[in-house]
Amino acid sequence: MKDTFDEKHERKAWMSLLAKAPEGRISSLLDAAIARPDFTWLRAPEIGSTMVRGRAGGTGTPFNIGEMTVTRCALTLASGEVGHAYIQGRRKSDAEAAALVDALMQSDAADAIWSAVLEPLQAEQSAVKLARAEKAAATKVEFFTMARGED
Amino acid sequence: MYVAVKGGERAIESAHAWLAEERRGDPSVAELSIFQIREQLKLAVDRVMTEGSLYDPDLAALAIKQSRGDLIEAIFLIRAYRTTLPRFGASKPVDTGAMACDRRISATFKDLPGGQVLGPTFDYTHRLLDFKLAADGDVPEAPSRAASPGEVPHVTEFLNQEGLIEEAPHEDTMPPDLTREPLEMPADRALRLQALARADEGFTLGLAYSTQRGYGRNHAFVGELRIGAVTVEMDIPEVGFAVEIGEITLTECETVNQFTGSKTEPPQFTRGYGLVFGQSERKSISMALVDRALRWEELGEDNVGAPAQDAEFVLYHADNIQATGFLEHIKLPHYVDFQSELELVRKLRREAGADRVQEAAE
Repeated sequence: MKDTFDEKHERKAWMSLLAKAPEGRISSLLDAAIARPDFTWLRAPEIGSTMVRGRAGGTGTPFNIGEMTVTRCALTLASGEVGHAYIQGRRKSDAEAAALVDALMQSDAADAIWSAVLEPLQAEQSAVKLARAEKAAATKVEFFTMARGED
Repeated sequence: MYVAVKGGERAIESAHAWLAEERRGDPSVAELSIFQIREQLKLAVDRVMTEGSLYDPDLAALAIKQSRGDLIEAIFLIRAYRTTLPRFGASKPVDTGAMACDRRISATFKDLPGGQVLGPTFDYTHRLLDFKLAADGDVPEAPSRAASPGEVPHVTEFLNQEGLIEEAPHEDTMPPDLTREPLEMPADRALRLQALARADEGFTLGLAYSTQRGYGRNHAFVGELRIGAVTVEMDIPEVGFAVEIGEITLTECETVNQFTGSKTEPPQFTRGYGLVFGQSERKSISMALVDRALRWEELGEDNVGAPAQDAEFVLYHADNIQATGFLEHIKLPHYVDFQSELELVRKLRREAGADRVQEAAE
C-alpha cells in the first residue's frame, strides 16, 4: 500500500509528524478542515509504554534508559482505508485524530489533509525548533584572546 | 509466627484525611496545578521521570503534587504506575548525535565544531537568593541569534580519528532488561547502564565523588555534556516500518578518562557514559564516572577494593525505591518479632544475674 504514495506524502514522515503534535492540535486543524468521516475501531485507543533505548558511548552497545508513555489505536474508514497511530503520552483523543489523518492521507482527501493539517503542523514544529535553536545559539561562547601586556 | 491484628482502620482513615489536608496547606494560598509543577519545577519533574524510569512530564508533575514534593515518594508512585502499563515494544536506540542541543559543552576542547553552547544553566550564576522571584514578575525574553543548521558531532569523534580514545563500536545486540528479569551478577555493561540510569541521584553522586577523591580514581574529564531533544523511533508492526513516536529531552555525558594501556591495547583514553531523561547533568556526570569505575575488569585495571568498583555493591544499593522500601519497613509493626527479642533479653539477663549471684556466694 505505502509504495503507491509519492514521496511528498510518505507515510512514515506524516505519522512521525502526528506523533509529535502538541495536545489537541491535530483535532483543531482536522476539524477546521473537514467533517470527520465515519469509522470503526480496529483497536480502540490504548495507553501503554515503549522502552526507550540508548547506546553506550552514544554509538555502542544498546541499553535500556527507561520507558515512555505511548497511546496507540487503529481504525477503518467507511471507505476502507486503515489508519494507525502511535503517539507520545497518554492522549486518546489525539491518537484518534492522528489515526484519522493517517487514514485520510490514503484516501482522495489526501491533498486537502496535507495542506490543512500536515503542512501547518510541520511549519509549527519547525518554528518551535528554530526558536529553541536560536536561543541556544545566543548562549554560544565566542572566545577571544586578551591582549597581553608584555610589549 | 504471624498474628493478624485489627483495629487501626479508623486511625488510618483519619491519618489519610489529615494527610490530604496538610498536602493542600493553607487554603487561602492558591493551589498548585500540575501544569505549574511541570513548567516551573521542571528539574524536579526530570528527576522523577529519570528515577521513576518513565518519561511522562504530566504524570511526574502529578506524582510530585501527590507526594507533597517528596521526590522519592513521587518516584515510587511513578514506578507503581509504570507496572500497570502494557509494553508496546522497544524503541530503536536514540541517536544522540542528531540531538537538537539546548546545551553542549566540552571541558576538554575549547574550540570544537558546533562550539560551546551554554544553554539555560545555573553555572556562572552567583548563587545569591533572588528576592525578585519572591514577588511576581515578568521575565524578559531571552536573546536569540541565527542558528547554524546541521547536526553537532560528538567530541569523541575527533579523538577517534587519531585513535587516541577507545571506540564504542556499533552493535545491535538485544539489551537485558531489569524490569523483566531480576538484576543478577555478573551484570554486563548494558545492564549496569540501565540500573545506573534509574539509580538514586544522591547515591550515584556520592559514589562518583568517591572516585574523584581517590577510591578507584580514574581521572575523568567531561569530554562532552549535551542536553536537548531527540526523536524516539519504534518499529510499528502494523505498518511494517519504523515511525517516530515522540520526542524526549535527554542529558548525555561522555567522560574521557586516563588509561595507561595494556598488553593488547596501546595507551589511549577510555570512556564513561551517562544518559538520563530530562535536564539532569549532575546525574549524568555521576553516572558516567560510576560507569567508568565499574569497567575496571574489562579494561584490565586493578580492583583496589573501592566501593565504586564493586558492581554488586553499587547496583544492589542504587535503587532508591528498593532501598527506601526496605529501610522504611522497619517502622511498620514488628510487635511479634520484638516480643521474642524482649523475651530473649530478659532470659539472658536472668541467666547473667543468676551467675553473678552465684559468683558472689562462692
